[in-house]
Amino acid sequence: MVASEVRALFAVASRPEIVSLAGGMPDVSALPMDAVAQTMSELVLQRGPVALQYGGAQGDPGLRERICGVMAMEGIDASPDNVVVTVGSQQALDLVARIFLDPADVVLTEAPTYVTALNVFAAHQAQVVHVPMDDDGLDPQALSETLTRLAAAGRTVKMLYTVPTFQNPAGVTLAGERRGLVVQACRRAGVLVVEDNPYGLLGFDGEPMRALRADAPDDVVYLGSFPKTLAPGLRVGWALAPPAVKDRLVLAAESAMLSHSVFAQLAVDRYLATQPWPEQLKVFRELYRERRDAMLSALAAEMPEDASWTRPAGGFFVWLRLPEGIDTRAMLPRAMLPRAVAARVAYVPGRGFYADGQGRNELRLSYCFPSPARITQGVAPRRDPAPGAGTAGDVRPRPGRPG
Amino acid sequence: MTDLDRVLVLAGGISPEREVSLRSGRRLQEALVRIGVDAEVRDADADLIDALTDDAPAVVFPVLHGVSGEDGTVREVLDLLGVPYVGATPDACRVAFDKPTAKAAVAAAGLSTPASVTLPKEAFHDLGAGQLIARIVQRLGLAVVVKPRAGGSAFGVSYVAAAADLPAALMTCVGYHDWALIERAVTGVEVAVGVIDTADGPVALPAVEIMPASGVYDYAARYTAGETRFVVPARLDPRAAAAAADAALTAHRVLGLRDLSRTDLIVDHAGTVWYLETNIAPGLTETSTWPMGLAGAGLDFAVACRDLAAHAMTRAGR
Repeated sequence: MVASEVRALFAVASRPEIVSLAGGMPDVSALPMDAVAQTMSELVLQRGPVALQYGGAQGDPGLRERICGVMAMEGIDASPDNVVVTVGSQQALDLVARIFLDPADVVLTEAPTYVTALNVFAAHQAQVVHVPMDDDGLDPQALSETLTRLAAAGRTVKMLYTVPTFQNPAGVTLAGERRGLVVQACRRAGVLVVEDNPYGLLGFDGEPMRALRADAPDDVVYLGSFPKTLAPGLRVGWALAPPAVKDRLVLAAESAMLSHSVFAQLAVDRYLATQPWPEQLKVFRELYRERRDAMLSALAAEMPEDASWTRPAGGFFVWLRLPEGIDTRAMLPRAMLPRAVAARVAYVPGRGFYADGQGRNELRLSYCFPSPARITQGVAPRRDPAPGAGTAGDVRPRPGRPG
Repeated sequence: MTDLDRVLVLAGGISPEREVSLRSGRRLQEALVRIGVDAEVRDADADLIDALTDDAPAVVFPVLHGVSGEDGTVREVLDLLGVPYVGATPDACRVAFDKPTAKAAVAAAGLSTPASVTLPKEAFHDLGAGQLIARIVQRLGLAVVVKPRAGGSAFGVSYVAAAADLPAALMTCVGYHDWALIERAVTGVEVAVGVIDTADGPVALPAVEIMPASGVYDYAARYTAGETRFVVPARLDPRAAAAAADAALTAHRVLGLRDLSRTDLIVDHAGTVWYLETNIAPGLTETSTWPMGLAGAGLDFAVACRDLAAHAMTRAGR
């Protein structure tokens, strides 16, 4: 890891003057803190000696059983024996990479993909090859062609890493009719599917999508987590894997951390057991739906005709594509740091979500944290310069305006 | 020594150098506290004037970098409030912060500075970028360094070896400033020379030689531990070392600076010292060169900074 200009700019995003549409932080203030406190208190008073002790590397058996209940909401029929509890799903991904990837192996991902997954693959010296995606998610035809091309080139493709539902960063969802095709293409090529699903229960319309893992238990390693549906500070995620893979994951987890925080695991387990968590999910969905609507309305009102963006049906993110020739990274300081204006905005430039330099004219907007009014303020061009600010001009990413 | 009451370290701000400034501020505050000075650190935000009015510190030590911090804005406000501070006056800041103005000032005093062209982004838009870029390359040759007219930490700075890469470099640059300074690249030993005012006048600290592993002293090389090797004192022959020290002192004097400054220079293979720019609020982080120069001179960072603060109080008649 090295210091980077973009990361330094995000240090400024914490200032109240800036509307941050950059981070992917869930709004935990929507949690009933009194209920959380009560849960924690009871846990310590009733099970302190267990909660504060070491635990097993696979994770607490009771929590693993409860996790199976959570996954059942997305059509997954799983045994707690095949679940490994991890520090967020990020650690699960790192463990999967650790046991599967050798240097120069190929990992297929969507284009764009989750930036921190790219960091994991880079750390394991794997090469990422992107597969095109449209509004219905990964293109199965392009996936098959990519697999054929790489096989012909003698490359070893180890896995497809996909966030099929309300994807980070693009907000798109792999269409139901494509799901089987994606898994089949990978099965034919002997490629493992790693399904990362942190947002699956945060859909705004109808029932949760059926997970890839639900219909392909032998082909898919499923990564789940509670940060977006409960609290990221507890850092509880998991992997569901076929038994042989699970055994290796447990060994890798043991060498990585001995055991996960038992306290955090039991806190999640108890919260889910004693609190109306499904109702809490509804609260989160409504909160994020309202913010998604604010962002889409603002984009529709403010963006020029030659800009395009995704319309997420859940999750946290909108992906915005501006005309060719615009460099969203070069524009970021202009958006964040103009002086004496009412609204300054932070976003994440697109290039970081690709391994191959694409995404210059693209950017990720998060609607998960700011209020709808702040989102509108952040997306809208600046029309309200403060007294004395003069005619500094519009700083929003718009075509035809260098910088 | 004046009894030094509360020192307020101003750090953060809303420039891209916020993170660097916060690191500098925390390090300075901890160093002062360690030697018994009552020091706190706070951001420069909308509550600053109230805070300075309601509970005025004995002296402010600004370590704000970039716009507001180094362009004289905050110091002008401190002057308005009658709060003493460490460092240059607003007038001097305005000159030093503007790289082409500073270059012209030191050149008039006899220093060498690389040939350069300074243009606003509108010029490329209104007058035809292609023609303009061709003329710039014709005048300066290649390689060139493209940098924002003002600002630090190498934000928006690009080293350009091929004319085809100039448009992208300009685009990166104007993200940070409406004007670009395009400067002929000079090859040689890159050094930073700190200056500190003492009772006997300004003193140049030993030159710090900068050797980025990547070859380019960009943001990552500056602030990632281990990415750049520093050698103190720089491996210069005695004549070049003396010329570098003299250049830093000349810049400090000509630009009207006080208390502390850091001048960035390149010493080429012929021994010529080339002036690049001067910082009036140099970074004070673990990987910053001004504190390295202090250490190279055998001076204690905390003591030197305390003395600067005490001197600022005395200067204000307190």
